[in-house]
Amino acid sequence: MEIKREPVPRGARPTGQGQGEVEIDSSGLRVNTHDSKELLRGAELLGPTAPASMDGEELERYVHERVLTTTLEKAVSWGRSNSFFPLAFGLACCAMEQFQTAGPRMDIARFGFEAFRASPRQADLIILAGRVSIKMAPIIRRLYDQMLEPKWAISMGACCSSMGVFNNYALVPADKFMPIDVHVPGCPPRPESLMHGILKLRKMVQDDPDAGWRERYGAQGTEEILPGA
Amino acid sequence: MPDATGLELLAKELQESEGMGAEAILGTLYFRGHATLEAQPQRIRAVLGRLRERGYRSLMSVHGVDYYPHEPRLGVHYELLDMDKVDRVTVVVRVSTDAPDLDSVTPDGEDGKGWPTADHQEREIYDMFGVAFHGHPDMRRILMPEDYEGHPQRRDFPVGGEPVIFTYNEHESSGVTR
Repeated sequence: MEIKREPVPRGARPTGQGQGEVEIDSSGLRVNTHDSKELLRGAELLGPTAPASMDGEELERYVHERVLTTTLEKAVSWGRSNSFFPLAFGLACCAMEQFQTAGPRMDIARFGFEAFRASPRQADLIILAGRVSIKMAPIIRRLYDQMLEPKWAISMGACCSSMGVFNNYALVPADKFMPIDVHVPGCPPRPESLMHGILKLRKMVQDDPDAGWRERYGAQGTEEILPGA
Repeated sequence: MPDATGLELLAKELQESEGMGAEAILGTLYFRGHATLEAQPQRIRAVLGRLRERGYRSLMSVHGVDYYPHEPRLGVHYELLDMDKVDRVTVVVRVSTDAPDLDSVTPDGEDGKGWPTADHQEREIYDMFGVAFHGHPDMRRILMPEDYEGHPQRRDFPVGGEPVIFTYNEHESSGVTR
């Protein structure tokens, strides 16, 4: 990528104080060039692979091509979002479609979500696939509470979100008793829909939006830790 | 299946048998090839016992019905089957919602053997319709939670379940604590 030196646009970050200059590259993107100190640090990060003879623009380009800076939080949420451990848990007919997402056609393993765990203590994603009866609700809430932070929940299908065709005395919508991060509509949703929901959740985890529903449902710090464990 | 005439004969036989009386069988109904006897609620154990002696040895189903707005509102149906003749007859008793009391046919008693298969089905009728079966060995709800109020299959029970909570009204939800 060739970098053209152009005047600093209005409203850009002030230059000087070791902040580097703001420049416009050929594609119109704004690029922060590093001052010599940062360049050297970048070269240090690269270690012995950086040729000692380089400096100036050549070294700058070299570092740009090889060093990626980010925050630890972002790196961690990137890792989390690409390695959900869903709880192997089905409630009703939606579970059949849930199994399909792990099958070869949808192949959830492409995204790193294929490790369905049998214990809530090992899982960080619960997919409520099916209808929740009012007798089952406390059990599900307990499973959710047993999952360790960070944890997420997907409500799959109409029954679990709004009770769908079973809107009667026996059912309760999942939002009544636990925080749901993503609702997947459908009756039942096709595996593609569930996949879309999981990828939405992945985006949410990467962007780390704090919607505040955990506090509203009293669902923080609820992990059951056995005494002496 | 007794035909219409056979049903009347069966009813008469029951009424004239020992310890019964004309009031033990309140009526008969022959509808679409299906024979039904309406029995007096107090005599249900005796009527079923007598029919068992007649060959109807299998109790295939016990289920509840709400006849709202007709009185007495609640009905309990006992479906009997004669396995040898492949012959079926239904016994119905009707009780009111004010005093929904019946004798359980589950346990053995002085008046004869019980029908163990009725155990869970009577519990379901109690759960869904609120008919209390006296003498039942374990009279609890079977499907709904034990602290549930009301009997949801009664026809005056509200049809709708929980109101659906969306984002705009989620603060009305009981699950929300803030």
